[in-house]
Amino acid sequence: MRKNLNVIAAYSIMMVLIILVGVFQSWNIALSIFNMCLISAVMTMGANIQWGYAGLINFGIMGYTALGGLAAVLISVDPVQEAWSAGGFDILMCLWLIIALVLIIRFILKNFQKSKVRTYSIAALIISGIILIRFTAEPGIEAIEDINPAKTGFLGGFGLPIIFSWIVGAFFAGGLAFIVGKVALGLRADYLAIATLLISEIVIAIIKHEDWLTRGVKNVIGLKRPAPYEVDLQSTDWFITLVEKFNSGKLEVFSNLSDRQAALNQLVIEGSSIFVKLCYSGLFLTVVIILLILTQKALYSPWGRMMRAIRDNEEAANAMGKNVVKEHLLIFILGSAIVGIAGAMLVTQDGLFTPGSYRPMRYTFLIWVMVIVGGSGNNFGAILGGFAVWFLWIEAAPIALFLINFFTAGMSETHALKLHLIESVPYFRFLMMGLGLLLIMRYRPKGILPEKIEIK
Amino acid sequence: MDILNALILLLNYIFIPALTYGSQLALGAIFVTLIYGILRFANFATGDMMAFGTMVTILFTWYFQSLGISLGVLPTALLAIPFGILFMIIYMLLIDKFVFKYYRVNKSPPVQLAMVSIGVMFVTQAVVRIIIGPSDQRFFDGEKFIIKAREFKEMTGLNEGLALKSTQVITVLVTIVLVSLLFWFLNKTKTGKSMKAYSDNEDLALLSGIDPKKIVMITWIIAGILATIGGALYGLDKSFKPFTYFNNMLPIFAAAIVGGIGNPFGAFLGGYVIAFSEIFLTYAYKKFFIYILPESMEPESLVQLLSTDYKFAVSFSILVIVLLYRPSGIFKGKVL
Repeated sequence: MRKNLNVIAAYSIMMVLIILVGVFQSWNIALSIFNMCLISAVMTMGANIQWGYAGLINFGIMGYTALGGLAAVLISVDPVQEAWSAGGFDILMCLWLIIALVLIIRFILKNFQKSKVRTYSIAALIISGIILIRFTAEPGIEAIEDINPAKTGFLGGFGLPIIFSWIVGAFFAGGLAFIVGKVALGLRADYLAIATLLISEIVIAIIKHEDWLTRGVKNVIGLKRPAPYEVDLQSTDWFITLVEKFNSGKLEVFSNLSDRQAALNQLVIEGSSIFVKLCYSGLFLTVVIILLILTQKALYSPWGRMMRAIRDNEEAANAMGKNVVKEHLLIFILGSAIVGIAGAMLVTQDGLFTPGSYRPMRYTFLIWVMVIVGGSGNNFGAILGGFAVWFLWIEAAPIALFLINFFTAGMSETHALKLHLIESVPYFRFLMMGLGLLLIMRYRPKGILPEKIEIK
Repeated sequence: MDILNALILLLNYIFIPALTYGSQLALGAIFVTLIYGILRFANFATGDMMAFGTMVTILFTWYFQSLGISLGVLPTALLAIPFGILFMIIYMLLIDKFVFKYYRVNKSPPVQLAMVSIGVMFVTQAVVRIIIGPSDQRFFDGEKFIIKAREFKEMTGLNEGLALKSTQVITVLVTIVLVSLLFWFLNKTKTGKSMKAYSDNEDLALLSGIDPKKIVMITWIIAGILATIGGALYGLDKSFKPFTYFNNMLPIFAAAIVGGIGNPFGAFLGGYVIAFSEIFLTYAYKKFFIYILPESMEPESLVQLLSTDYKFAVSFSILVIVLLYRPSGIFKGKVL
């Protein structure tokens, strides 16, 4: 118990902060911050597995998040029958062509000696393959995108409940990580960082511009929900009775029946959105707890010990007979898959998929700030980092506004500098993130909750 | 068959834009490569530092414009660039003193320095956005075109026009002058040679009496010059928007690595490799083929290898291929 005192203290402070937001701002805001904190926590757990356990830098978090989001779309949206009949055949042919191309290249790589001829013929094969695929796909893509472009214009998905996409998202992200890992994991640390960053940009470019698959920048809105809709709740009897019971004290004040009804209606509307957010919190919390148990088990297992050994001294671990390359690939896939789950959760919560919103600042670098600030190598630290940094990210604007007003109290209301500062309040969050990261890296390089290895 | 028109078409839509874009990338890439070679870390704040220098340049340009000072046909910004450089260098030296120095003295691994540079990136981004705001700023004045497409058509009687913007010429000229000065400095002067020695083998350089503090300071000064000029030229040619500058970091990194990181000449050429391949692969050659092929063989489609949406993806794919087959870059990295 004593050992874990700082963990408990840190988490209680975090909870108190969120509750304070609930009391002073509104419970709606507090719950949406809490939900996003949980999603960020899943992302940081993924990044923490790669960086904290194995020392692999993955600056491609944005790409895996977007793939998770794509999974949510492909699983939950109903298939667009006309699009399938118009261009489905061409797309399927393309898919076969791609598979055939990959198999042929694999065959050549396996059966021929490495030589200049082989390299050039593979390059020629890839280029002619791309041209062939473009020619096959073009009519199909055009046909698909022509079908009701304002509403669909894409193939749609499988029409399954969106919850399944959390698992599928993990597989998508893991699949990408397998390819990226095969290609890039041999690189030195900073090269790996740049390569993964750029690969994630390629992924986003594809998601943004392949409209037949993702609708691109036209966005997919109105995804199915795992939680009830507010409008339905507001007309459900049991929910209204529940709200009535909770707020009986507030409602007793009214003597007039119509006043009481109006107040109740207001409370039901507020209550419904809180209830929906609570449903999401429950779902997300379950995911976080399951992942936490699994990652903790893994950390203290022989496998976790081996990963730490590889992280701390690759050569020695290799000399002891551990397959460093294979383990690196495995942990790269696992971490990315967890990020993929988070990406699917994010789209599930928002109910919309907007490829244009995936930016490296928000989905890669911010997650890294969370990992570093929270404490790499420590799962509790990573989750705390997700909570603390997201909280600051959202509350930075009000804090900055307060500080500006405080320091410029002597100036008149129309002073140009004051107005300019107040106008640029949203950008103070970058400043706070940067300063926070720099201070933590300087004075507490292991994070708020540092890694500690217990030998059981 | 109309080869002359076809050539003008390529010159106008591929060669000149690519040369300009390549020059802008090249300056940024040399900046990245110098920091990597001498200070030994990948600087993720590259794009935002360039934005900072450009911002100061813009502020001074506006100031000069309000005073009524101008350079006639040339953009006023050229007058403001030295001030931009000055502030940029001061900012960089301050950052180095308060942030990077600690890790350099402690001999932290490069990864940690790269992580710290992300913190600097956040801070710089905030400073730029707080001072000048996130929106588009245009600060170009003076004569816009040297040759207008219509004038060229009238002059030569060809179907295809050739437009030459003054910013394009300025960019290329300034880049040539700046890069030749830089290579002269690195190869011929004593300080430049000691920088090379420091980059090659730090301990040996220290033993032979090279002052590391001086080397680091000069590196930041050169970096400040490159970052400001590169950023200002890009802003003059296109427009200044902090977010675009952040995004430009990616092709700049690609250029530096393709050229062989740590090798300034490689980075210089890398900028052009990236720029030309981006534009070559995403240009629609329909018109070109209409000019050079006989009428019966004219293409109906756009004859475009990749849609322009994938411009960035092209440079990144080149980078990935280079990293796979020749991680030290085309021109062998780590020899400054």
